Amino acid sequence: MSERIREKLNILADAAKYDVSCSSSGGTRKNDNKGLGDSHASGICHTYTEDGRCVSLLKILLTNHCIYDCAFCVSRKSNDIERAAFTVEEVVSLTINFYRRNFIEGLFLSSGIFKNADFTMERLLKVVKKLRLEERFNGYIHLKTIPGASEELIREAGLYADRMSINLEMPTEKGLKLLAPEKSHEDVKRPLGFVQNQIVQFNDEKKLIKSTPKFVPAGQSTQMVIGATPETDKDIMHTADAFYKNFSLKRVYYSGYIPISHDNRLPLIGTQPPLIRENRLYQTDWLMRFYGFNVNELLNDANPHLDVDIDPKLSWALRNLQFFPIDINVAAYKMILRIPGIGVSSAKKIVQARKFGKLRIDQLKKIGVAYNRAKHFIKCADTPYQLKDYQGTQIKSFILAESQSKYLKNDVQQLILF
Amino acid sequence: MIYVIDGSLESLLCAVFEWFERKPGKIMLQLEKYYQPDAFTTEFHVYKDRKKADRVWTGLKKKLDRGWMRRFYCTFLSESAQAYSSLFEFTCYIFSNPAGSEGNYGNAHVLAVAQTARKVEREKHRMEAFIRFQHSADGIFYCVIDPDFNVLPLIMNHFKNRYADQQWIIYDLKRHYGLYYNLEKAEEVNLTPEEEKNLQKTTGELHAIKENLYATLWKDYFKSTNIAARKNTKLHVQHVPKRYWKYLTEKMDT
Repeated sequence: MSERIREKLNILADAAKYDVSCSSSGGTRKNDNKGLGDSHASGICHTYTEDGRCVSLLKILLTNHCIYDCAFCVSRKSNDIERAAFTVEEVVSLTINFYRRNFIEGLFLSSGIFKNADFTMERLLKVVKKLRLEERFNGYIHLKTIPGASEELIREAGLYADRMSINLEMPTEKGLKLLAPEKSHEDVKRPLGFVQNQIVQFNDEKKLIKSTPKFVPAGQSTQMVIGATPETDKDIMHTADAFYKNFSLKRVYYSGYIPISHDNRLPLIGTQPPLIRENRLYQTDWLMRFYGFNVNELLNDANPHLDVDIDPKLSWALRNLQFFPIDINVAAYKMILRIPGIGVSSAKKIVQARKFGKLRIDQLKKIGVAYNRAKHFIKCADTPYQLKDYQGTQIKSFILAESQSKYLKNDVQQLILF
Repeated sequence: MIYVIDGSLESLLCAVFEWFERKPGKIMLQLEKYYQPDAFTTEFHVYKDRKKADRVWTGLKKKLDRGWMRRFYCTFLSESAQAYSSLFEFTCYIFSNPAGSEGNYGNAHVLAVAQTARKVEREKHRMEAFIRFQHSADGIFYCVIDPDFNVLPLIMNHFKNRYADQQWIIYDLKRHYGLYYNLEKAEEVNLTPEEEKNLQKTTGELHAIKENLYATLWKDYFKSTNIAARKNTKLHVQHVPKRYWKYLTEKMDT
């Protein structure tokens, strides 16, 4: 008995690991029925795997049997791997017992499609219903919406789940058609839009009737695979931006493709996953969501790719030196946010602190500004007078000479003649 | 001038009271247990007085919002000598300046309090994440920790709300006290050294077979959810510092 459950967990956790999302934030379920669990608004990462990714949810597939044959997926029909399926009780008991020992924040449940979409969705629904109603579980539940499932099922699932998500898989329709001819972006947009509408409706009702139940309180997310098909960073981020805007997504995840197949449409097995690129995309995502950048400022026809050696904020600053230097003692908060080396919390502290007197370099350093980087772009009370204006390329080489990239082991910097 | 306090919150607040009553100018704050008398400076032992402490506390509440009161408390829980003097200087600064002065991050003491509080909050958050309960034969979920700061008072509500239907004990080995939740309320418990040792035993009769199964399943899960092609030990250790490993189920040998 215990051997079989170990085996199943190994197979189905292994198959689920390519889903990047593991966030447990935004849940607001309170433990007011003396049951088990209480969602923490900020989410908690209970541990981190050896690849440095957070483990906050028990992330498993209900089954890895699948009727689809998507080239980028380990669970594709034509792949010769071990198959397994959990029963509803097994998932519930695993979740409850892990949760009681404080191993996890909740459950992330996805599934291969067996028989058809409705049948799969029904099984997923059974698990969450049992957890919420029978076990009085108030922990976090992230549920995959199965594209093509009926609206009634999706709506019911939304009443019990905290977050729902559907993966876009490839950043463009063209890429998706190449690797998974049976799928399309339209299939994803329809349920995303449906859930989004329901969220808005429930929120409106909530304003009038206080007892309206929660509906997907932590919102929706999606995921794109990066580097399997030849899209530019501009394509990727413009797609992400459109999805953030049209479907009010909480998160878009970017997952560097890890070669798992000998398919000649895909990178070879053994190719390094594009980790730097993934990192730069996340940085861009953050700049869009928290730093007030428009996607067109960071990626446009003139700059379709993000720089690999420097982060997107620095590269924007170097392209737009006309805005700098910014005097941090007078500039608006949103301009301070744009200075490389200053993050959101430092910017907030600066705006507060400067009411009490002009800030000096030593104070900035203590507040937490990465001064060696920021110094090329700011003016403060005791900035030394500088006779010469440096070019963007020069500033870049100063910064690169001082910083140690965690990715670039050997120096790839080009010689600069002038 | 050296003010000697015993390290309790009350004595710290009384020190502030005494300073404003006497106005001795610049002083140094020292903890009784580390205090070495010195031939050239005068010392002043701060005696605890509940009334004085309460007056300072209410005064502080009028000046600071809830967020800053929490920061004050968190900094106090860090238990470092440096934190006590930062708090003392911070309080004096707040009282002698107009409302809103806590926003002056250019002031070294304000910044020190904000940064220490942040460290304590980080430790609190880590404890909420890294505590691993074991289910004992008598039905209690228990766990031992030795956090850098005294975070038990901060994590009590979190665990009380979360595990409302199970009995649990979280025991701080470093500070020799713990929290016990009996399905009604959480309260402080002190164990004898003998009992403490028993609590740390993870094998034998204390441990049901079921417990081993879930530990194994969790270790299995931890392994199979890892993507070997993306191995990044530096990041891993940064998120899960090695000093916490000894209490993490997934890091224990089978």
